[in-house]
Amino acid sequence: MKPYQTFDHTADLGLVIRGASEEDLFANAAFAVFDIITDLGHVESRDTRRIVVEGDSPEDLLINFIREILYLYNGERWLLKELRVTKLGERVLEAEARGEPFDGQKHEICKEIKAVTYHQAQIRKTPDGWTARVIFDV
Amino acid sequence: MSEIKLRRLDEYRWEVPREGAMRVPGIIYGSDRLMKAMGKDESPKQVANVAQLPGIVKHSLAMPDMHWGYGFPIGGVAAFDLDGGIISPGGVGYDINCGCRLMMTNLHREEVHPQMAKIVNALFQHVPSGVGSRGALKLARSDEKRVLVEGARWAVKNGYGSDADLESMEDGGCLPGADPEAVSERALERGKDQVGTLGSGNHFLEVEVVEEIFDKNVASALGIEVGQVAVMVHSGSRGLGHQVCDDYLAKLVKHVEKIGISLPDRQLACAYIQSPEGRQYLSAMACAANYAWANRQMLMHWTGEAIEQALGMGPRDLGMRLVYDVCHNIAKIEEHVVDGTTMTLCVHRKGATRAFPPGHPALPAKYRKTGQPVLIPGDMGTGSYVLVGTQKAMEETFGSTCHGAGRVLSRAAAIKASRGRSIRREMEERGVLVMSAAKGTLAEEIPEAYKDIDEVVNVVHGAGLSRKVARLRAVGCIKG
Repeated sequence: MKPYQTFDHTADLGLVIRGASEEDLFANAAFAVFDIITDLGHVESRDTRRIVVEGDSPEDLLINFIREILYLYNGERWLLKELRVTKLGERVLEAEARGEPFDGQKHEICKEIKAVTYHQAQIRKTPDGWTARVIFDV
Repeated sequence: MSEIKLRRLDEYRWEVPREGAMRVPGIIYGSDRLMKAMGKDESPKQVANVAQLPGIVKHSLAMPDMHWGYGFPIGGVAAFDLDGGIISPGGVGYDINCGCRLMMTNLHREEVHPQMAKIVNALFQHVPSGVGSRGALKLARSDEKRVLVEGARWAVKNGYGSDADLESMEDGGCLPGADPEAVSERALERGKDQVGTLGSGNHFLEVEVVEEIFDKNVASALGIEVGQVAVMVHSGSRGLGHQVCDDYLAKLVKHVEKIGISLPDRQLACAYIQSPEGRQYLSAMACAANYAWANRQMLMHWTGEAIEQALGMGPRDLGMRLVYDVCHNIAKIEEHVVDGTTMTLCVHRKGATRAFPPGHPALPAKYRKTGQPVLIPGDMGTGSYVLVGTQKAMEETFGSTCHGAGRVLSRAAAIKASRGRSIRREMEERGVLVMSAAKGTLAEEIPEAYKDIDEVVNVVHGAGLSRKVARLRAVGCIKG
C-alpha cells in the first residue's frame, strides 16, 4: 500500500494518506509530511521526540497531530525520519518520533509546508484499512 | 465541482442567489472568459459558505482573481457588523498581511538593461529568500515584541528607511491594538529570525520597467513615468503569521462549538468581534500585520543596498522611493455607508486589496486627490499594474479590488506542465532574468499557472472598482 498520494487543489497541496490500521495512518501522515519537506534518505534517527495530542473527533485528532508534526520543522528545525504511535485513544494520541536537527550541510528542504487546514479534512475506515484526506497551506 | 447556480447581473457581475443558510447573496466579479474557469472549482460554493456567517453585511463578495481557497475563497471580501458580527482567522488567511510594495528609482530602462545580471545576482545574494529563509537579524524576544507593536516604525527607528516611507503604507505601517501577549511562544519562536526575509512560494522581488501609462495625471502624482525602473516586493508575515492563524483556528474551532455557531466548513471558525476571543485574535492579527510591514520595510532597504552595490552608486543617485505598500490578507475595522447609514464594519480581505477613493480620510495628503494606489502583481515575469481606488469600490465592495492574477493550475498541474522545459530559459527569452532559491518554485509558478492579469485588471477597471494608472513589465525576478 502506498502510504500517501497527492491530489490537486488550486492553490495548495492535498494529500490522501492510507494505513493498514489507524496507528499506521497517523505514522504514514507524519512520513508523508517529511517525505515532502525533505529527502528522508539523508535524515537519520538520532534522537527522539515525544508527541501527545488531543482531539474532539478523529479528524480533529489528525489535524492536531499534523500540527505538532509540522511544528517539529517549522518551529524547532527538526526533521522526522520515522514515527511510532504508542497510544491511541478516541481523543488522545501519543507517539514517539525519531529524527535529527536540520543541518544545512546535510539536508535539503525541498518544499515548505506551512500549515494544515480543516478544509474538507476527512478520516474514514475502508475495507482495506484507513484513509485520510487533508489539505495543506504551502 | 460546484453545484452553485450563478445568475448574471451585468457585464462584470454574477450573483450567487441567497439559498438555505445564506444570510446575504454573493456577488462574483468576472468576465465571460474568467467565469468559465471559476465555475470549475469550489470557489463559488465558498462564496456561499461565507454568506452564512453571522453579522455579514450586504454581500459575500469575490474578485475576478478568485480561486479555491480553504474556508474563504482566495479573492474573497466580506464585511461584518461590529455588533453581532464575527471575525474569522481563516478569512484573513495564514499569511497575515501578505502584501506588496512598489518602489520607483531614478534609473532608466537603458541604464539597467546591460547590468541586469549583476543586479539580479546582487539582490539574490543580499536579500534572504527561499524555503525557511532566515535573516541577517536574530531578534531577542523583547525586540521581537517591539516589532509586533510598532511594525514598520520599528524598522525605520532601527535604520531601515526613513519616516517619509511610513506615510506611503496602509495605516502608516502599524495597526493599532497589537498586543504581543496574544501571540503564542511558538509564533514568537518562528518569528525570531525571519524578519527581513522574502520566504518561498509565490513571494518575490521583481525589477520592473514602466511600460505603459493609462492615466498621465495620476501617474505623475504617483511619481511614475514610462521607462523608469521600479521594484515590486511581495511578502508577508512569514512563519509568525502562519502560527498566529493556526493557533487561533485551533482555539476558535472549539469556541464556535461552545457558542453554537454552525459552520459549513470548520476552516471558517470564528468568534464574535466584540467577544474576548474575537478581540484577542484581532490583537494577535495586528501583531502579525505589523511584523509583515517591518519585514517589507527591511526588504526594501536591502533591495536598495543591493542595487547600489551592483551599480556602484549611492542612495541619492538611485533615488529609491516608496510609492505605496498594500495588504491583501487582512481584516480591518473601517467605516462604510450601508444603505445610507454609516456603519463600523470588520472588513475581511482574503486575497483582495483595499481600494479607497480620492478624498478618503485614511489616505496620506499626497494621495488625497488621486485615490489610494493599488498594486497588483502579475504572474512570474509578467509585470504588475498600478491602479487607484474609486468611489464605486466604496459603494459596491467595501472599498476593495483584486489582488493579483489568481491561480488556475494547481501546483502539481503546473509542475506537470513544465516537465522537460527550462523555465529559466523561457523566461530569459521573454526578457526576464529569474533566480530562485528552490528548484521546484519556478515550475510551480509558470505563467500559465495563473489567470491572465490583463483580463483580471480589465474587469476591476471595467466594473469601476479601481482605475488603471500604469502597467509595468518585469525584467528581473528573485523567487523564494
